[in-house]
Amino acid sequence: MPEQPFEPERAIAGTGMGGPMDLATSEAETLEKTPGGPEGTGPSGKPHSLWSDAWRDLRRNPVFIISALVILFLVVISLWPSLIASGNPLKCDLAKAQEGSQPGHPFGYDGQGCDVYTRTVYGTRTSVTVGVLATLGVAIFGSVLGGLAGFFGGVWDSILSRLTDIFFAIPVVLGGLVLLSVVTSNTVWPVIGFMVLLGWPQISRIARGSVITAKQNDYVQAARALGASNSRLLLRHITPNAVAPVIVVATIALGTYISLEATLSYLGVGLKPPTVSWGIDISAASQYIRNAPHMLLWPAGALAITVLAFIMLGDAVRDALDPKLR
Amino acid sequence: MAESILEVTGLVKHYPLTQGILFKKQVGAVKAVDGVDFTLNKGETLGIVGESGCGKSTVAKMLVNLERPTEGSIKFKGEDISRMSGRALKAARRNIQMVFQDPYTSLNPRMTVGDIIGEPYEIHPEVAPKGDRRKRVQDLLDVVGLNPEYINRYPHQFSGGQRQRIGIARGLALRPEVIVADEPVSALDVSVQAQVINLLDRLQDEFDLSYIFIAHDLSIVRHISDRVGVMYLGRIVEIGKDEEIYDHPTHPYTQALLSAVPVPDPDARDHRERIILAGDVPSPTNIPSGCRFRTRCWKAQERCSLEVPLLAVPAEFRLASGPAAHDSACHFAEEKTVVPQEETPEATPDDLDQGAE
Amino acid sequence: MLLEVRDLHVEFRTRDGVAKAVNGVNYSVDEGETLAVLGESGSGKSVTAQAVMGILDTPPGKITGGEILFRGKDLLKFKEDERRKVRGAEMAMIFQDALSSLNPVLSVGDQLGEMFIVHRGMSRKDARTKAVELMDRVRIPGAAQRVRDYPHQFSGGMRQRIMIAMALALEPALIIADEPTTALDVTVQAQVMDLLAELQRELHMGLILITHDLGVVADVADKIAVMYAGRIVESAPVHDIYKAPAHPYTRGLLDSIPRLDQKGQELYAIKGLPPNLMHIPPGCAFNPRCPMAQDVCRTDEPELYEVDQHRGSACHFWRECLNG
Repeated sequence: MPEQPFEPERAIAGTGMGGPMDLATSEAETLEKTPGGPEGTGPSGKPHSLWSDAWRDLRRNPVFIISALVILFLVVISLWPSLIASGNPLKCDLAKAQEGSQPGHPFGYDGQGCDVYTRTVYGTRTSVTVGVLATLGVAIFGSVLGGLAGFFGGVWDSILSRLTDIFFAIPVVLGGLVLLSVVTSNTVWPVIGFMVLLGWPQISRIARGSVITAKQNDYVQAARALGASNSRLLLRHITPNAVAPVIVVATIALGTYISLEATLSYLGVGLKPPTVSWGIDISAASQYIRNAPHMLLWPAGALAITVLAFIMLGDAVRDALDPKLR
Repeated sequence: MAESILEVTGLVKHYPLTQGILFKKQVGAVKAVDGVDFTLNKGETLGIVGESGCGKSTVAKMLVNLERPTEGSIKFKGEDISRMSGRALKAARRNIQMVFQDPYTSLNPRMTVGDIIGEPYEIHPEVAPKGDRRKRVQDLLDVVGLNPEYINRYPHQFSGGQRQRIGIARGLALRPEVIVADEPVSALDVSVQAQVINLLDRLQDEFDLSYIFIAHDLSIVRHISDRVGVMYLGRIVEIGKDEEIYDHPTHPYTQALLSAVPVPDPDARDHRERIILAGDVPSPTNIPSGCRFRTRCWKAQERCSLEVPLLAVPAEFRLASGPAAHDSACHFAEEKTVVPQEETPEATPDDLDQGAE
Repeated sequence: MLLEVRDLHVEFRTRDGVAKAVNGVNYSVDEGETLAVLGESGSGKSVTAQAVMGILDTPPGKITGGEILFRGKDLLKFKEDERRKVRGAEMAMIFQDALSSLNPVLSVGDQLGEMFIVHRGMSRKDARTKAVELMDRVRIPGAAQRVRDYPHQFSGGMRQRIMIAMALALEPALIIADEPTTALDVTVQAQVMDLLAELQRELHMGLILITHDLGVVADVADKIAVMYAGRIVESAPVHDIYKAPAHPYTRGLLDSIPRLDQKGQELYAIKGLPPNLMHIPPGCAFNPRCPMAQDVCRTDEPELYEVDQHRGSACHFWRECLNG
């Protein structure tokens, strides 16, 4: 048993020693209003959970606002690309190949004579879809495996840890070259499947650690002492308190999955035509960097901005959920 | 009249030490609790004191079934609850509840106070019909001295002392008969400790509770307990009524412990005998043979390393039946008054003589 | 006078406002004397000590007024490198949690030796010898073998002794101990306090003991300063305060602690909670919780009234309080 590791109550905030902020403000008010009041007049002011506190911080963070707006824009044009691009990304005119910017075609034409602007806009849909689906898959699969391993411990935890180590050891891009080259299907699913297959260990490790930390808290013991079943412990107590790090990592990972898809497509093992993807366009354009840089510039730029937006979002979310700042 | 409500016999908890990557092999054990016996009577408060590593928190966890004993039994009203499982265990949990030490981690920060106190009713729906629950939670908040209107607030909006009250309210929800309080005030400021102790005192009368009060602060334990047990390295070394232990301790460890507690009286400074123990507490993986306290005891002799002393009334006091005649696990038990005595009307000339050490 | 703190003011600027942690604190310690600074969380006792040592976290903290006179010279006017020389060589601090105050990746011998290498320019070998000497002095058994061990290999009490050894290495004139034994078991606490008292006598040091434990204070202190909401509310020699406190807060604290030698009835509990340092109540900061509060207490902040030559009390009604 530790030697009294807990510090005496710190009821005052702002002394550099931490302490509940709300209590401080509202308690002072209560004490001033009812100096003779009973002990336990408690906090006044509206109730707010840690989630709503986080949301409030997030709303005020310019990084969040900017990245959220960009992402909102990207989501909208993935769903309805025709809102800003009237053409057809697959309708190409070889005669116009590699031509530069012209009225009605602001980004010029690519090597096949397809309109770069339209292809870039339609490429958004692919990238965002792949990124979101891969992240969801990784997050769900990884958290469930890691969370259960952390909660139950024992032999299952050992097995999972070794499994995680094995998968972690597989280099992603190399693995992609090997595994995806045998795939003939044209859809996004093999690529998403591959990313989930190699991506789950990262989240599972985080989820496992987070669950183990949450499990050590006295409130979990208290619930067990009351007779709570394992499912109640997991759903009511562990998950809400363990989910924050997973959210943060997943949000940041989203950006990396988008760029991974582009990498795989660039290497020729990712998505294939007629799917419209920035990776494919970048790949095709790479030989013409000298003569017709616009073919590379626009899809690459769009990719960079999208990835950046998601990473910034992840950063802002992490700051808002950081327990040390609570 | 003293009806025993909880009977603990031969309680043991050993944590195996293992080696191995996938399949683990046992190489030793941490003997956190190594043979504990005591009884709790209805309506009384039994204090259990001891320093870090003595095993008192592990005993607490076993009492509320958060850990399974390696050996021994815990009988609540005659029924052994330590071996129960399933539905029987769940029902048995309603009788013994726990109040935890740390007010900052004993409440789920993502649940409202109402949910926290109401959770026992969700887990045991037979205790309160759904429509009744909100009212019951508000009543509990009121009983512990908090405004029932704060039922929708979150724990971080309360101070440490208030959170501890919420924890107490949660413990009371199922109307248990026994409450195990594991260092309930150690993490609180001095001026708030008194508030919470008074609350626990009041609730004991109001709800007819029996308490097991675990602490390392001997002054607080004396204040609230009827009987006190002193633990060292996994066993109880002395147990008796509070005056017996505090005013007439017979085990050397108890005497050393009491002499080390600072008393808020500067005059006592010069009059008190200070017993400073040699060395450190041995590791619970490597417990000394015979009497486990012998490595730090100034009275240790050969017998102490060969024979384990029993927790019983020492032979020297059996016939006299004075306050020194209480259970003490020492071969050479000797009464020694260590706590500075205040003039009490009941003091006999014999007692005052003993005090002149 | 070895150390004299005069009218010290410290604020913390946070994004939610300014917390006034120390509001005009005066106290002094002489060589060989022990001053106990008593208070609960938020009283400002630790912040004052950190300001004296010069280790205050300067954003968000800021010393906004006062003087800290060490042997007559105002430390606040010193340059940082001069201050650093004073720190460690003339003035040292012991913290509550030895485990986090000692560097876990350096051996104990290295950490102790560092003091001599940095401040006295000793060689590594000489510093190591000194380290063993120090460990012996604080009664760590088998010092010569254990000098190479790491902090986590020692028990809590031993670690605290190592911290004491580090503090004493250069034989400072003043030691500030911030809750040195709160995290320790009571028997270990007794050992550590005994050691501290003995070394203080030997080296004729001044000792400032910061604590909330009235029992420890009674054992060790010569005089006491009780702090509340960043101010000193009572100062007195130790015997006087326990017999007859002259401030309702001190009285309340004394009445609310359970005592080893008494089994009492219901404990007196000071109602309410310590104030928010961003909104200290006007007048006397203690007035919302004070059983003796009158109207004047809500408007006029009491100064430290002179109770007698050695005692002060910041209460308008100190006479009434003194008489019970």
